[in-house]
Amino acid sequence: MDAVTGVELPDGIVAVVKRDCPTCTLVEPVLVQLRAAGVPLTVYSQDDPTFPDQLGGALDDSDLEVSWHLDLDTVPTVLRVDGGRETERIVGWAREQWEEFTGVAGLGPGLPAWRPGCGSRTQDPLLVDELRVRFSGSILRSRRIDLAALEDPIEALFERGWSDGLPVVPPTEDRVLRMLDGTTRAPDEIIAVVPPDLVECSVEKVAVNAVMAGCRPEYLPVVLAAVEAACTDEFNMHGLLATTWMSGPVVIVNGPIATRIGMNSGHNAFGQGNRANATIGRALQLVVRNVGGGRPGEIDRATLGNPGKYTFCFAEAEATSPWESLAVERGVAEGTSAVTLFAGEGPRCLVDQLSRTPESLARSFAACLRTVAHPKLPIAFDAMLVVSPEHARVFRDTDWSKGRLRSELDELLQLAGADIVRGAGGIEEGLPEAFGEATLPKFRAGGMPIVHVGGTAGLFSAIIGGWASGAVGSELVTREVGT
Amino acid sequence: MTSITGTVTVLDPTGEQKAVHSALAERDASLDGKVIGLLDITKARGDVFLDRLEERCADRRWEVRRFAKPTFTKPAPADLRYEISQQCDVVIEALAD
Repeated sequence: MDAVTGVELPDGIVAVVKRDCPTCTLVEPVLVQLRAAGVPLTVYSQDDPTFPDQLGGALDDSDLEVSWHLDLDTVPTVLRVDGGRETERIVGWAREQWEEFTGVAGLGPGLPAWRPGCGSRTQDPLLVDELRVRFSGSILRSRRIDLAALEDPIEALFERGWSDGLPVVPPTEDRVLRMLDGTTRAPDEIIAVVPPDLVECSVEKVAVNAVMAGCRPEYLPVVLAAVEAACTDEFNMHGLLATTWMSGPVVIVNGPIATRIGMNSGHNAFGQGNRANATIGRALQLVVRNVGGGRPGEIDRATLGNPGKYTFCFAEAEATSPWESLAVERGVAEGTSAVTLFAGEGPRCLVDQLSRTPESLARSFAACLRTVAHPKLPIAFDAMLVVSPEHARVFRDTDWSKGRLRSELDELLQLAGADIVRGAGGIEEGLPEAFGEATLPKFRAGGMPIVHVGGTAGLFSAIIGGWASGAVGSELVTREVGT
Repeated sequence: MTSITGTVTVLDPTGEQKAVHSALAERDASLDGKVIGLLDITKARGDVFLDRLEERCADRRWEVRRFAKPTFTKPAPADLRYEISQQCDVVIEALAD
């Protein structure tokens, strides 16, 4: 038995052919010659065990098990087998090559010197998914659930509680195997412990939920990185889920993978219509729901929630940005793909159509940022500032770096204690009287990430309010995207 | 994938945790002579509730020990849970909002 292929191969020369291949029928007399020369020859036929007729037929591989495990592209394929293991292979027909391979001279007199082979039946697009499930399905460890013949699969998944409220794609074995093609990581690798039930989560479980979310296989590495980032103590997915506050995980993608998988960082980047944006964020939430057991009304205690809890994922518009990307700012090498998770609410729009100086625009930003959570509450909540290209142009034209903008905002967002104590402005919410003489920053250090996103028209930016900031709540977490 | 009989097999997307029914710990008939832990999850005004409970316990001459989680947003650290279990017979946790 070949430990790699898992099929029993007889020692000697093994040929795999099919009747429906002109090159295979061409070499039929060559196979006869080899057997007559005493070569220990075994022939498998993929479509008709009575072929090759001149040899009295072949071993029947019409179920393609041997061919599948040999990972054949082409017939004829000729293998040398020693001690049950394949040591060498050639494909198609080339006289000199066959003679050297078999040690028999004068093969196929009268045949052309060379003919390419035909496609192995294992490559038939109509068969490949079925074969994969039949012969590779066993690498999947998830429990199999048979839906009854009269059950609508989509309805059945709703009924089992596995949906976020929208239809999910049934995670059949063939779809999950195709999804796993998107990563080089082993299906059984444990990548995270998912709250709230603290369940170990394998690459395979992420793939199952990515199928359900509607992901393409090439999105899977991004989903894996997002799940890893979410399930860290610093990001605190457990608390984010359990809080009565309305935030959820916001996934920001940086680096070349964003373009490669067609993510939207431009017009309507926070909106509907882009498959990668929509399904990557959704897959993360389905992992939390299904693997971690985090369901609304149970551990998820949000008073209101927000629509981003279905999915909130976008790419940063790096190519047009005047600034270094969020990932680079956070220590990821330029040109490396990464995800950053932020515990955010829905975005709110920030309008300033008149400012043409960075000083004025920064003041507009500050005035709007001050209202995050409550204009009288400092430090407690983070916020992400999303600067659109038309606003960013004002800073580009005046050489304001991201650091310059941030320090100007920090200065503008110092709140006078007298304005924010309880009762000030006729509002009971606020800080205790003892802070009346103090000056406090609206945001903690590091609590206001800035990204560049959006379409090229519109003097609008956005604020994504955060949740309890820093160690008491959630920190931004960045993870590189693997393969 | 769909079989000849028309049934569809899907993979379980959950953590496949068996349903665990954990029984409640046995309740003491009386708190006389017990050490009572009062755990503040550090949410605003939870301490008001616990202060009042502490007064009521003192009226009955029950021994009380106070504890607090570092942050309400995360589960109590293992060390704190251990400390409470070693020092107290019962614990009352205050959740406020």
